[in-house]
Amino acid sequence: MSTSTHSGSNRIPGAGRLTPAKTVRFTFDGQSLTGLEGDTLASALLANGIHLVGRSFKYHRPRGILSAGSEEPNALVDIERDKSRKQPNVRATVQEIYDGLKVKSQNRWPSLTFDVGAINDVFSPMLPAGFYYKTFMWPKFAWKTIYEPKIRAAAGLGVVPGESDTDRYSNRFAHCDLLVVGAGAAGLTAALSAASTGASVIICDEQAEPGGALRYESDVIIDGLPGFEWAVTAIAKLRAMDNVNVLTRTTAFGYYAQNFVGLVERISDHLSNPASDMPRERLWQVRAKKVVLATGAIERQMVFANNDRPGVMLASASRIFLNQYGVAIGRKVGVYTSNDSAYAAAIDLKRAGIDVPVIVDTRDNPTPAVVDAARSLDIEVLTGHAVFSAGGKRRVSSISIQPTRGGSERKVAVDALIMSGGWTPSVHLFSQSRGKVAWDAANERFLPGTYAQDCVSIGACNGTDGLQATLDEAFAAGGGKGKPIVATGGPNWIGGMIGSAPGAGADTTVKAFVDFQNDVTAKDVRLAVREGMHSIEHVKRFTTNGMATDQGKTSNLHGLAIAAEALNRPIPAVGLTTFRAPFTPVTFGAIVNHARHDLFDPTRRTPMHGWHQTQGAAFEDVGQWKRAWYYPQAGEDMHTAVNRECVAVRNQAGIFDASTLGKIEVVGPDSAKFLELLYTNPWEKLGVGRLRYGIMLREDGFIYDDGVVGRLAEDRFHVTTTTGGAPRVMHHMEDYLQTEFPHLDVWLTSTTEQWAVIAVQGPKAREIIAPLVEGIDMSNEAMPHMSVREGTICGVPTRLFRMSFTGETGYEINVPSDYGRAVWEAVYERGKPLGLTPYGTEAMHILRAEKGYIIVGQDTDGTVTPQDAGLTWAIGKNKTDYVGIRGLLRRDLVANGRKQLVGLKTVDPTTVLEEGAQIVANPNQPVPMTMIGHVTSSYWSENCGRSIALALVIDGSKRLGETLYVPMPNGVIEVEVTGTVFFDEKGERLNG
Amino acid sequence: MVEIVQATRRHPLQAGQLDVASVSVTLADNATRISLRARDNAVSALSKALGITLPMKPKTSASNGGRAVLWLGPDEWLIIDNADSAVVADLAKAKVLNSAVDISHRNVGIIVAGKGADAVVNGGCPQDLSLKAFPVGAASRTVLGKIEIVLWRTGEDVFRVECWRSFSNYAYAFLQESARDVAI
Amino acid sequence: MLLIKCPYCEEERPELEFRNAGEAHLVRANPIIEQSDDDFAGFLYFRQNPKGLQFERWRHIHGCGRFFNAVRDSVSDKFLTVYKAGDPRPDIDTLLSPAAAEPEPPATKRPRAKKVEV
Repeated sequence: MSTSTHSGSNRIPGAGRLTPAKTVRFTFDGQSLTGLEGDTLASALLANGIHLVGRSFKYHRPRGILSAGSEEPNALVDIERDKSRKQPNVRATVQEIYDGLKVKSQNRWPSLTFDVGAINDVFSPMLPAGFYYKTFMWPKFAWKTIYEPKIRAAAGLGVVPGESDTDRYSNRFAHCDLLVVGAGAAGLTAALSAASTGASVIICDEQAEPGGALRYESDVIIDGLPGFEWAVTAIAKLRAMDNVNVLTRTTAFGYYAQNFVGLVERISDHLSNPASDMPRERLWQVRAKKVVLATGAIERQMVFANNDRPGVMLASASRIFLNQYGVAIGRKVGVYTSNDSAYAAAIDLKRAGIDVPVIVDTRDNPTPAVVDAARSLDIEVLTGHAVFSAGGKRRVSSISIQPTRGGSERKVAVDALIMSGGWTPSVHLFSQSRGKVAWDAANERFLPGTYAQDCVSIGACNGTDGLQATLDEAFAAGGGKGKPIVATGGPNWIGGMIGSAPGAGADTTVKAFVDFQNDVTAKDVRLAVREGMHSIEHVKRFTTNGMATDQGKTSNLHGLAIAAEALNRPIPAVGLTTFRAPFTPVTFGAIVNHARHDLFDPTRRTPMHGWHQTQGAAFEDVGQWKRAWYYPQAGEDMHTAVNRECVAVRNQAGIFDASTLGKIEVVGPDSAKFLELLYTNPWEKLGVGRLRYGIMLREDGFIYDDGVVGRLAEDRFHVTTTTGGAPRVMHHMEDYLQTEFPHLDVWLTSTTEQWAVIAVQGPKAREIIAPLVEGIDMSNEAMPHMSVREGTICGVPTRLFRMSFTGETGYEINVPSDYGRAVWEAVYERGKPLGLTPYGTEAMHILRAEKGYIIVGQDTDGTVTPQDAGLTWAIGKNKTDYVGIRGLLRRDLVANGRKQLVGLKTVDPTTVLEEGAQIVANPNQPVPMTMIGHVTSSYWSENCGRSIALALVIDGSKRLGETLYVPMPNGVIEVEVTGTVFFDEKGERLNG
Repeated sequence: MVEIVQATRRHPLQAGQLDVASVSVTLADNATRISLRARDNAVSALSKALGITLPMKPKTSASNGGRAVLWLGPDEWLIIDNADSAVVADLAKAKVLNSAVDISHRNVGIIVAGKGADAVVNGGCPQDLSLKAFPVGAASRTVLGKIEIVLWRTGEDVFRVECWRSFSNYAYAFLQESARDVAI
Repeated sequence: MLLIKCPYCEEERPELEFRNAGEAHLVRANPIIEQSDDDFAGFLYFRQNPKGLQFERWRHIHGCGRFFNAVRDSVSDKFLTVYKAGDPRPDIDTLLSPAAAEPEPPATKRPRAKKVEV
């Protein structure tokens, strides 16, 4: 057996650039196959004579490989490394093979060669465009429950993996002077030109190999070298330069504002055993001063009956398979064209020893030179003829040829057919950049028209024909000085046809595919027009033409031409749909990149977090923070643990981690003045060493945040905010300071994380802490409730706050964060024999509710004023300005009938209300009842021996003693309206 | 009488190993950090007290021995000094209007050093870190992934990343992850 | 992701460092307590949100921390200019005139601290 048969019977010895000795084993639907290192899956399958690769989306028609690049609409497969690393809809023309690659075909059952769903093809007259929209309209509910799931199961493309992806993905922000997209002759020249000036350059290409069309153009000489060799030399030269970053296997998928371009680099998809550290893909977020688009052109198919049969392929693709991979796509290959470029393919194939029985050219008078060249190799050329139909089912077996003006039919046996409908400049990225395309009527193509960004298109994507002209244009785009590169030969992008070919016109009902991936035929486009779709945007949505994952790279222009013909309007008048990102599908992995697992979102932990863990604490998420929720002891459930913690705080003392509270240091001679403007309370007269509870409003008069503020010096305040409110309060304060009150001499510094905060609350709080504190007289007289002192605790500096969110005598010990854990442990060891009990956020919530202290965001909801919340006392009566002062005067804010905060006691003390439950005055009224309020906080209070609740109730303060009702699914709960304080109403314990 | 046990410091981060040879991600030593705020007319007195001319140009820093001052905003500087620094006392000597707030424990410093350190930071930081745009000595508040950082280039291949302590786990893990990627 | 020039940092920086802060040039009345209901409603709730050029506030929140103003075209997303908080509202016609098409305004002299002997 020769080496060539090892890697497939269609490998042509001596052809292509792969190394015959480097074989690679892979499987396709379980069949073990051999390819060569460097093969794409498509080239390896073709080398093994496999054309049938998948089934189509709607009709389940057998489909093969249309192209050799990222525009591929048909050959979509499923690649599976393992259960979690599984990717559907991989283009076989892009995926490179590696040892052990496992490939499955898609969209077929039970097998690729026998697919039950193909019955759709037989019944296709009943499945025209728009069929789904029209048929599955009624009954309405059935769309979601019956039709959609069934249709999705039957159609769809591939299957999503069931497990989370274990691959790594990464991200890189990059900046450059010049980003060159495409490393063909144009892109390479532009990059070389720019790099020679010292500019920083990034050049990317979606292929593994540079060169673009040079990979298959056989007669090109650039700078004295054969085209591909020149490309390899050029890329090596670029790689060696410090100011150039060469990214192969990298697709520029999105072109956003201000030259921000998204690239995805495929790093390990082609490797057999990628290292575990290696990301699968890397997202590049590139900001370029200038972008050069050298994205080339995409060949179109001919639109004729059964043009989707496996073995029917774009002419240029056959050249890539032959000249790059050494693969013959068939042994008897027909050619169907409407332009010159397919002749070069025919000649390449013929020279490689492949039988080319006929070139069918729709043109009456093709360029004599190309016809002569073909004929000189004994290839029959039929001008003014068309292929009316392709024969064969799972592989093309024949073509039916007729003169374009009608006449006798001739059938030619083939095992492959290559076609060229001409070249569509790839203006996708240009269009994404918000550039406006212009219609080139002479050559029937859209070209870059008006640019919206600092960007230039060069070469085929700019409609520049001729290699030398392209290189000259590219060299200029790069801004280089010196002599331009000289080239001969090269492709010709001119000519071809758009729309349906002869034999697939409006008078026919044949299946001539425009959009292979979405199974849209020329007939479907005409139907859409007949149904009243007169804009291409409507035609597109009705037929789904161009809406598949390939975004209509091969189909858009054909669809547009057919619609324009049916509408009898010129093409530009029908319009071209705007291209949107991404150019080719992008994995969620690449978009998410690092933001997975631990890096999905920051998890914030307090300095004492580790201690809570050692005590078996359950944690609660509060924003990004983890807070100790409760500390269950052996055998305790949450309820028991929380009850124990609540009782301990009132009877002995509790220790609580309050480090997450927001803290802002307000410094400067105008500090008090500034706080006067930001809070409802008066601050000027607050003595040094004293604390005050402050309320912050928005300009509309509603409560925004609250917290205790301490005056450390005449010109220095320690402000606290709610845990969740810290960033927005800082932003809010900075906003007013910078833009409304910039004349004030005040500065704000966030100190949230400078301080660990250890709250010790309860009758024994002072007894526990005092021995550890130095430099502070903690006696009740010297340091009363609501005061702050600076001194040391356990030998480290502290800001000791005497304050309480429990109603007990309490202290909040602030120490620099790194000392938090040690001080906490010292306090705990000292207090443990006295009954000091750690308590979590749940007990904290209950203890404060027992005292009627509100939690902003729980008992307020952005529509609650201080008056509503029973906090009128916290408003400075003589103040003439503060944020919210005018808002509070609004008519609706002072009117009767506002919801006000009250306490609720259930008549049955064991019933605990549900937070959020609605309250009514009369439970016997018909539904929908008039709701007069809702429960904001509700708990079992072990200290009160009953349930307690806070609620916002219309005119609540006038309803004390009233009985109200809370209707629930299993009965109505009777409640009594009370004051908001349930425990120690006189507040005597604070001063103990 | 209860014996007072001197509290000891505990850094929020446990340094882990990074199996990458070309670039390192390590914890910076404990440092004294001050957030200094002042108007233009106080700059010269403060500079004198500090022994460093406060940088006035955006994205720059100035240093003198172990003490460095980073420009963060038009009236804002971050002072980083050795842990036993006398910077607070030095600032107190300047009898001009200013706000000096100790944030030594608020921040954590992480050092990214070695070949490709810029790319490691660019794994999550959107700024242009070329030497032209972000030369040695450049400093700026910016973002890294989903958090805010202060970035300071102390050498061609050395960056100091400062973040709030509860974000330091995230920053450290992010930079390690990015370093693995850069080393590929 | 946009690039936004911060007038305090004097260079373009990535949008990720910024936060939009709504319409610019809303005037908080002084004394606000005497403002009429209608005027206060306008200040509190009514915004222009035009298609086209709009004056808006941004904060370089993850940069220098400063609030500033910008004129941006809400259709093309292009910034016409940025200016410091407190600076007067620029004249649109002047901005749109061909003379103003120059992307960089002429460099202004900025106050520098005197070099201090240490």
